Amino acid sequence: MKRKPRFTRSQRMTIATGILFIVVIIIILQLWLFTATMNAFLGGDTAILWPAAIASLVCLGLNGGLLWYLYGLEK
Amino acid sequence: MTNQDSEQLTVPPDGRSPAEQPRWRQDFPIDWPQDEYLSRREFIKFLLLTSAAFSTGQLWFLVADFLQRREAVPAPQVIAAVADVPVGSSLIFKYPADSPARLLVRLDEETFVAYEQQCTHLTCPVIPHVDVGELHCPCHEGVFDLLTGRPLAGPPRRPLARVTLEIRDGNVVATGIQKRTV
Repeated sequence: MKRKPRFTRSQRMTIATGILFIVVIIIILQLWLFTATMNAFLGGDTAILWPAAIASLVCLGLNGGLLWYLYGLEK
Repeated sequence: MTNQDSEQLTVPPDGRSPAEQPRWRQDFPIDWPQDEYLSRREFIKFLLLTSAAFSTGQLWFLVADFLQRREAVPAPQVIAAVADVPVGSSLIFKYPADSPARLLVRLDEETFVAYEQQCTHLTCPVIPHVDVGELHCPCHEGVFDLLTGRPLAGPPRRPLARVTLEIRDGNVVATGIQKRTV
């Protein structure tokens, strides 16, 4: 017997829209981080490279987690 | 049938019941809400690639920094004899030999300054105007202070990399490169 999804389709649509907005905001943050890091790197300031890379990877992990959650809703 | 089950049914784009749809749509139904949901999900998946690209760029900075650190510091290099550079004149040189062009400017009898010649905005060559104490980038009207190399006007936000100089035995000698963010 097929298990019913946890949320209705309209609810999943709302969740997907919310996740989409969060992902867009995170990507804008990553874009800002990237340009700031590039400016620092070209100016010879390398102290920021590791923290910026870790922050960017955390953002990527968040985005991946959100997508994983979205796929999980359909099971 | 529960309410949740009814939401799983195919819904045509115009929202009317399946029986009211034209024959072709009955044969090839399009589930509009499901279609929108899937396109949104696929868009999020694409954005994840964008996010991964930014992270890859950040990691590339680390790799580039690692490679730069492995390069040896350039050895001091004689640029010109002091007598060969009159006050108010400039000279283009390369330091180290395979680097982009650098600019040596003699401000007065005692003072020499040297910077990379590429504007920090879009790498156009900058031109010294010793009389007004500025370096001018003609591409987008960027202006740098000749004494410090810091941006004064226009799009550049980063100072020009400075070449540190010494006077040894009547020669101007480049001893290092100093990149700066402010």
